[in-house]
Amino acid sequence: MLRFIVRRLFQLVPILLGLSVLLFAWLRALPGGPAQAALGERATPEAIAQYNELFGLDEPLIVQYFRFLGRAITLDFGTSTQYGRPVTEVFLERFPGTIELTLLAMVFAIGVGIPLGYLAARRHGSFLDSASVVGSLIGVAIPVFFLAYLLRLLFAVELGWLPGSGRQDVRIDATRITNFYVLDGLLTREWDAAWDALLHLILPAIALGTIPLAIIVRITRASVLDVVNEDYVRTANAKGLAMATVRRRHIVRNALLPVSTTIGLQTGLLLSGAVLTETVFAFGGVGLTLRDAITYRDFAILQGFILMLAIVYVLVNLLVDISYGLLDPRVRVR
Amino acid sequence: MSSLQAPVLEVEDLAVRFTRRGEQPTRAVDGVSFSVAPGETIGLVGESGCGKSVTSLAIMGLLPRRGVEVTGSVRFDGNDLVDAPDHVLRGLRGADMGMVFQDPLSSLNPTVPIGTQVTEVLLEHREMSKAEAQDEAVRLLDKVGIPDPGRRLKEYPHQLSGGMRQRALIAMALACSPRLLIADEPTTALDVTIQAQILELLRELVVDAGTALVMITHDLGVVAGLCDRVHVMYAGKIIETADRRDLFARPRQPYTGGLLASVPRLDSARGAPLTPIRGSARDAIPWSEGCAFAPRCDNAQDDCLTEVSGSTVPLVPDGPGRELRCRHPLEHPAAPSGATAHGAAR
Repeated sequence: MLRFIVRRLFQLVPILLGLSVLLFAWLRALPGGPAQAALGERATPEAIAQYNELFGLDEPLIVQYFRFLGRAITLDFGTSTQYGRPVTEVFLERFPGTIELTLLAMVFAIGVGIPLGYLAARRHGSFLDSASVVGSLIGVAIPVFFLAYLLRLLFAVELGWLPGSGRQDVRIDATRITNFYVLDGLLTREWDAAWDALLHLILPAIALGTIPLAIIVRITRASVLDVVNEDYVRTANAKGLAMATVRRRHIVRNALLPVSTTIGLQTGLLLSGAVLTETVFAFGGVGLTLRDAITYRDFAILQGFILMLAIVYVLVNLLVDISYGLLDPRVRVR
Repeated sequence: MSSLQAPVLEVEDLAVRFTRRGEQPTRAVDGVSFSVAPGETIGLVGESGCGKSVTSLAIMGLLPRRGVEVTGSVRFDGNDLVDAPDHVLRGLRGADMGMVFQDPLSSLNPTVPIGTQVTEVLLEHREMSKAEAQDEAVRLLDKVGIPDPGRRLKEYPHQLSGGMRQRALIAMALACSPRLLIADEPTTALDVTIQAQILELLRELVVDAGTALVMITHDLGVVAGLCDRVHVMYAGKIIETADRRDLFARPRQPYTGGLLASVPRLDSARGAPLTPIRGSARDAIPWSEGCAFAPRCDNAQDDCLTEVSGSTVPLVPDGPGRELRCRHPLEHPAAPSGATAHGAAR
């Protein structure tokens, strides 16, 4: 087991190296540079040269790359040209927001998706079944930014039930410990702050969770349909077990195996930044930060964030593989 | 040891129709009647698709409710199960009637330890604590001949051999000492040596304990070794019923004769061709148009393919303890009576 994990972690090295080269080359190929973006179109060549010197952007690319690489090993990704602060510091401030958003989105997707998929399968061919199939098709097909705007317009702007932008009301002066705003509120017993942060999460979480929800419904439904026809479910019924036991131990447990993989992969995807959703709701997570960084040609942020998100994605996938072994004794790694 | 005691299970005129939307309804089982007494073993014999497994699932109430129409009666201890509500059936299954299935690997839940799959029956039907159920499970696995039962309880089905899995399934079916056991091709998926062990186990545990056993099989070797009475099925109907010895000595239905002749024998000459039954079970014609077996039958004559006096070929008494559905049965020189249903009249 440990060897499996170590081997997988070693596989990270070539992935990250390749990604860093691609990133570096791609960013420098973008028209305009950080100096142009920061100083404006009419900046004098002298000002631009001075700016580039300040951030070390005047040196040859190869030198810049290896200096970046050398620092990156110690998780130092340089200084953001946009914020004038270390990239790692900005990441630790923004990533918790994305984690909170992802967690709530997945809670929504799992909490609604699995029961709905199960019911659709058990009433195969009913109205509920057809509705869930059509609904999940729409859920996958609807553009996220459209749904996000729609939710914001309806529930935040028109009805005013929920906040429609930001991570917390700016009037709340909350203490920050972990930068998980809900968690911070709970830790410091600032209940208002925690509650307000949670309310701010709801609309973006629904927008973000819709695609995972639709996928989970479809996979759960298909998986339950398969499992109820398995011989071991017939055996369980032949043993005269109560329907609840058959459902819990013999149907749902096995039907959730493929669903758990999907949940893991979707979580990984959401964690790597929901650019569209965060933009619509002005939610200060990594997605919004990445979008701003592209606008301002903030190379340091882009390089640092994307590499760290790649690490997160690989780690989440590793967790999925490990958890699959725990759920299914047949694939348990020896 | 024939049925002096009241039968545990009486099946009468059982019929199963599959009515899928947009499809022609099909009769998988049609007018099947038989009974089993305590300590008696009967065999339901036939090729795949003849309706023997559907019959067993109908008795247990394990057929899906939607798209399936079950008529006739299945009386267990005198109570009809065909229209019994789900909770009544769940109370009987596992406790009073057990079932062993064909493929032990797919019949066991791959993600649940063997022990849990045994104890769950005990916890459901008997008032036992978890610890008592655990001890009982060890005893049961030991009884069905699984070595080191304490360790096996913690293992998963894929860690057991095929024979062990079938033993575990038998342990589950027998956990609450049911009075009726239905075994649906319990040895088909196993090696020949293991087959013999499993049959011996069934004989010891079931027959000697006075449990009524319904053995569903296509394997005449299993019938010869275990069954008291045999019902041969073809295309959803019973076509011949006889005691085991009578059946092997003097098969009357040409289909039964064909089944017996197609078993390879050690005493036939080397290189002598096997004699299979012509065609396949798919060639059967509907019973309403005559004898379903007629297209494959060497004895078939014109009147086998036509309905006579508005009814299908009937199942009629054919000597002591025998019943037969055939207009031109096989004749045997030593037969006590030459009278056949229609043959004599011609």
